[in-house]
Amino acid sequence: MKKIWSLPAGLKLTDYRKTMSTGQSTQAIIPQVGERLLIPLVQHSGDKPHLEVTVGQYVNKGQVLAKPQSRISAGVHASTSGTIIAIEPHLIAHSSGLPDLCVVLEADGLDNWGSTRLPALDYQHTEISTLVQRVRDCGVVGLGGAVFPTDVKLNVRQPVPTLILNGAECEPYITCDDRLMREQAEEIIAGAQIILHMVQSNSCLIGIEDNKPEAITVMQQTLTATNDPRIEIVTIPTIYPSGGKKQITYILTGKEVPSSGRSSDAGAMCVNVGTARAVYRAVNLGEPLINRYVTVSGEAIKQAGNFEVPFGLPMQRLIDAAQGATIPNPLLTMGGSMMPLPLASTAIPVVKATNCILIRPQPTPERVMPCIRCGRCAEVCPVSLLPQQMYWHARAKEFDQVEKYHVFDCIECGCCSYVCPSHIPLVDYYRFAKDEINNQRDMRQKAEIARERHEFRQERLDRAQREKAEKLAKHKTALKDKEASGESTPEQDAKKAAIQAALERAKAKKAQQAQTETSTSDANSASTEGKA
Amino acid sequence: MISAIIIIGTLAAILGLLLGFAAIQFKVEGDPLAEKIDKLLPQTQCGQCTFPGCRPYAEAIAKGEANINQCPPGGEDTMKAIAELLGVEPQPLGEEHAANPIPLVAIIDESTCIGCTLCIKACPVDAIVGASKLMHTVIESECTGCKLCLPPCPVDCITMEPQSVEPSTWKWPYPVYELHPAPANPTQEQAA
Repeated sequence: MKKIWSLPAGLKLTDYRKTMSTGQSTQAIIPQVGERLLIPLVQHSGDKPHLEVTVGQYVNKGQVLAKPQSRISAGVHASTSGTIIAIEPHLIAHSSGLPDLCVVLEADGLDNWGSTRLPALDYQHTEISTLVQRVRDCGVVGLGGAVFPTDVKLNVRQPVPTLILNGAECEPYITCDDRLMREQAEEIIAGAQIILHMVQSNSCLIGIEDNKPEAITVMQQTLTATNDPRIEIVTIPTIYPSGGKKQITYILTGKEVPSSGRSSDAGAMCVNVGTARAVYRAVNLGEPLINRYVTVSGEAIKQAGNFEVPFGLPMQRLIDAAQGATIPNPLLTMGGSMMPLPLASTAIPVVKATNCILIRPQPTPERVMPCIRCGRCAEVCPVSLLPQQMYWHARAKEFDQVEKYHVFDCIECGCCSYVCPSHIPLVDYYRFAKDEINNQRDMRQKAEIARERHEFRQERLDRAQREKAEKLAKHKTALKDKEASGESTPEQDAKKAAIQAALERAKAKKAQQAQTETSTSDANSASTEGKA
Repeated sequence: MISAIIIIGTLAAILGLLLGFAAIQFKVEGDPLAEKIDKLLPQTQCGQCTFPGCRPYAEAIAKGEANINQCPPGGEDTMKAIAELLGVEPQPLGEEHAANPIPLVAIIDESTCIGCTLCIKACPVDAIVGASKLMHTVIESECTGCKLCLPPCPVDCITMEPQSVEPSTWKWPYPVYELHPAPANPTQEQAA
């Protein structure tokens, strides 16, 4: 039995409501003819990928819709075959409630791969860089929630001592990883082997919370059949938020990730079980990431369950698949009940980050009361921060102070807000403070660029003026010199002579003309005189 | 007694020479205070402070010739930051200066633009591109929103608009909710 460490704090929730959706096996949803999929271009954390398709184009299932341009970016692929009818902004699952650019794909119902599947790779006989490129080409991102591009993570400079496969799934209601481990254990373990090879590691720990005994059994059986001594399944106690990557790293290795550091600083890499499966499918089957397991649950849904959903299908399709809501106008959120993301519409599409949607009755709004400094938030904080201090400073917009209390180490797990007897939305304050601090940093950087541009312009104008003045001065002195010296070139002499000659000619002509005129007038006068 | 005087005197002479040498050799070019103030200013170069740009305003503050509350784009935050740096009392912003200015960006109506290049000459950060008798456009990422391009435009085709917000640039807002006093006792609360 492997030794495990316990988190400094956290929540022991009484009701996880996981059994609601674990009962039946996962159903795959295939888009019907004419069904419209809204596939957002940005489904990951990082830069926008570059659009590769045009309106009116027919695409096969798995065809590239957008390609990553910068390092931290991920591609997007067609989740089914069909025609692109528009590329326009639509509402997406984001806290801002703002629309973002989506590819609107009208499914032809054939779900046809065509020849878009990439050739299968034998990972043991392939360069690691080729494997990393394959993961990148397949648009694989972390499916635990952070949606960070997996290729960036797996592209390590030095071997990783411990690989951690995260199957904790600590949030209430969510059971997609549970079902995935029960149904796709072979693929997950094969994925773990590929990742072990890619990060040159010899040890993989699969952490699963003890409230998922079936998943643990299936995974253990599969592992025994695989007979890979490098991989070990570790049962961890059910405590929220043990599924956070820094938290599970500590639970399994006893090593704490340093403040504002990464898991790799603690000698570990943490990968979600779903991501491991996606890596397997990318490498061994050449399939891009175009669907995932999604839990549909909540008190206001008729038949909660798990579904394998292609990205881009509207949430309404999932609600219908779960036989609809039991009440009119329910509350629709994405994610578990501890960190829910409210969704304004059921037309919002399923994306790579969608692990769960909850359909629950609208809650009665909690009355927010003043902070009484009871300190319960500090007792439950799994990162051992001082939520109360951060709250007061964030409220007063004293951002340097909030930063001193390490707000950037906050994992926004919501434990503090959950236990707060005054129902203060503490996490909202931390998110506000983080965004504001980041924004101020960006503004300072922008100001610095503006200053540089302004100074450069000033210099350019000065230089132009100086050069003009210099040129003028040079011209003037040159002119003066010439006048002073009085010398002339033969060319000028020739010119002068020509002018002189022309003048003379003109003069001669004039004189001649005058002479003829006088002679004719003389003759005329003579003739008139003669007549008279 | 005499030896002490000699020692102290010699020491004073040596140190005096050293200090004098250092003052000449390591003389700081420019005003470091103005530099620091300039770092705090938003660098829009808009001239709304009545000085021709951020740097001249910073120099004026450093010399004590200008108030610290004359920067409308910087708003209250900049004023407070300067007050903290100089160790002076914060001064209230004028009524015309919004406390929290919304970042603006200039947009050229390209169908109306006649290509006169006057705005290009006015832009302090070279954020407008175009050529004579050809359409101009604003490089949005470089525009500081200073409005200096508005007056020279002969056809009024430039407008100032708030910077567009996308999900990637969106900021979490300050939490706003009604704060209730704690109920005196639970039964009363239920009755209410």
